Amino acid sequence: MSDEPNRGLQSPLRRKLLMGAAALPLVSILPRPSFGAGPATATVNTTGLAVTDTEVTVGILHSATGTMAISETGSIQAEKLAIEQINAAGGVLGRKIKFIQEDGASDWPTFAEKAKKLLVNDKVAAIMGCWTSASRKAVLPVMEQYNGMLYYPTFYEGLEQSKNVIYTGQEATQQILAGLNWIAKEKGAKSFFFIGSDYIWPRTSNKIARKHVENVLKGKVVGEEYYALGSTQFNSVINKIKLTKPDVIFTDVVGGSNVAFYKQLKAAGVDLSKQALLTISVTEDEIDGIGGENIAGAYACMKYFQSLDNANNKTFVPAFKKLWGEKTVIGDVTQAAYLGPWLWKLTVEKAGSFDIDKIAAASAGVEFKDAPEGYVRIHENHHLWSKTRVGRAKLDGQFELIFETADLIEPDPFPKGYQ
Amino acid sequence: MFGDYSIGDLGSIFVMQGFAGLILFSVYVLMALGLAIIFGQMGVINMAHGEFMILGAYVTWMTSSLFQSYLPSLFSGYFFLAMILAFIASGALGMLVEWGLIRHLYKRPLDTLLATWGLSLILQQTYRSVFGAREVGVELPQWMLGSLKVTDSIEVPINGVFVMGLTVLITIVVSYVLYKSRWGRQVRAVVQNRIMAGAVGINTEKVDRYTFGLGCGIAGVAGSAFTMIGSTGPTSGQLYIVDTFLVVVFGGAASLLGTIASAFSISQTQSTLEFFTSGSMAKVLTLLAVVGILMLRPQGLFALKVRK
Repeated sequence: MSDEPNRGLQSPLRRKLLMGAAALPLVSILPRPSFGAGPATATVNTTGLAVTDTEVTVGILHSATGTMAISETGSIQAEKLAIEQINAAGGVLGRKIKFIQEDGASDWPTFAEKAKKLLVNDKVAAIMGCWTSASRKAVLPVMEQYNGMLYYPTFYEGLEQSKNVIYTGQEATQQILAGLNWIAKEKGAKSFFFIGSDYIWPRTSNKIARKHVENVLKGKVVGEEYYALGSTQFNSVINKIKLTKPDVIFTDVVGGSNVAFYKQLKAAGVDLSKQALLTISVTEDEIDGIGGENIAGAYACMKYFQSLDNANNKTFVPAFKKLWGEKTVIGDVTQAAYLGPWLWKLTVEKAGSFDIDKIAAASAGVEFKDAPEGYVRIHENHHLWSKTRVGRAKLDGQFELIFETADLIEPDPFPKGYQ
Repeated sequence: MFGDYSIGDLGSIFVMQGFAGLILFSVYVLMALGLAIIFGQMGVINMAHGEFMILGAYVTWMTSSLFQSYLPSLFSGYFFLAMILAFIASGALGMLVEWGLIRHLYKRPLDTLLATWGLSLILQQTYRSVFGAREVGVELPQWMLGSLKVTDSIEVPINGVFVMGLTVLITIVVSYVLYKSRWGRQVRAVVQNRIMAGAVGINTEKVDRYTFGLGCGIAGVAGSAFTMIGSTGPTSGQLYIVDTFLVVVFGGAASLLGTIASAFSISQTQSTLEFFTSGSMAKVLTLLAVVGILMLRPQGLFALKVRK
């Protein structure tokens, strides 16, 4: 965005621009939604956000570089797809969504800095972003100080709630409890071995899982182990698993460690068709790196699988692949990221305003009926009501749906009796 | 902890745990060998070591994809070809880097740290642009999966045995090349006294280039082998770099024997502690022990006696 007046294009660039301009009338013949027919900007934007009569700007804030790019790429793709689809359907309050993408570079202070830039300089109306809890924790004070709106896609440990954040992934109790109940009932599981990466999400999740196993399921946790992020050697813990012979291995190992863990588990002769394993951290994205043959037979517990058989998902998956390539896979978080722009659009239209305070107040009760995972609704606590599902990993890297809860599960970020 | 288990169970677990330690040992040796040559012999602090390994891993992945598409009948043997290609690719890149970057920095060893760290970032982003940010899954031939059943309760992972064999082979080759061959003598001569070595007619530039290439090539083979046990992604190399430097520095920089001894002691300590405490605690205790020993013996376990 240059403030300088147009200097008459005296460069060689001029010819190219003129040639480009000659093609413009052709483009404008194509059918496209017309923007600018919505309510007056002064009434829908009272706080000086980047909203014009024809456009509204949002931010996308994920890591496109660095170690988290592996995971966050899918989220970026999903958000761009959602924005494209919303624009094709007429935009938000008659305005086309424009996005500014910033790179958090897998570095938490950078996330905070970029969030501030998006809110203060660009005045974005909402931010779709963050992935790890660490990046969200870094961004949260910025969102609250400058009154922004963040749509956060990842399943996470809970224990947080903010006026300025909508959590489109599941919090821990939502994700874990139904899965544990299912495996206890289905497999008669009594003994569990927990293994996770050593940071806040696995530790909090396992704490919740342990309370549930001990107090509700009356089972026993025979081992609980954590490995530093990035560990690649799991032979010792695999031997411990062999020694303690648990009914269920419950894992929340993340990142590159995941690949090492499943490869070594397979190599150690642990047969996942006989030894039940329930993971809450492996989506289709991760299986790409792990390899289907190394994890086939394992159970994963989350809210979305690419293979879900419903009408919404049957239009979502081809649209995603059309935009990003036939080989891309769609995991749980990617789907949750796709919900962000849509929920924001629906909330803005419900509130009849882009103002953050009005959106925050109008969020509760917003329903999205076209969600690929099925129907979702925003709870008063800014998390989503959603179903929990258990899938079994297949050789081709997809999950086969084994179980889903009959009802939507209420999000409970501050679970009593689990802290 | 062991009250509830039978003697037989415990016996087989201890045998398997011994193997786990040996596998960890081979992994450490394999990843440290290349660096031991580059850092130990040449004094170059190569922070991009992990990225050279991952180049080998990507080469393996490409080879496996090619075999799957064009030569499915020979798929079971592709891994050997992949390792050779990985050696060539990483070695060639290493020689190119030595020519373009490292040779200007021999007199400023600390600057190699920054330069190679920058190189590692460049390589990571290159991998990301070329192969995509997501990890790739390297498909292995069937015979490399699963485990060998020694008895009913003792099982040994095949890929672990494979890594062990490979490590022994490469160690023998490297020590032969460095300590028995004419070229190895030239390498050691250049390390000890560059000017004198040049004066007696050794082409020191060429020796440097091939030494660096050899170190990087071995890193490539290590990366290729690690596709069996770890992940292959743009930043996977970072997972190995800390442990690699730990092994080389702890062993005493200029000594191949030291590297092996240090890999052995670190891996055994870690795998024993992992079994009796927990994963992260084992790491903490191992690092504490290494720091403690290095405080008492800054030169590492084995150091060449040099006249100061």
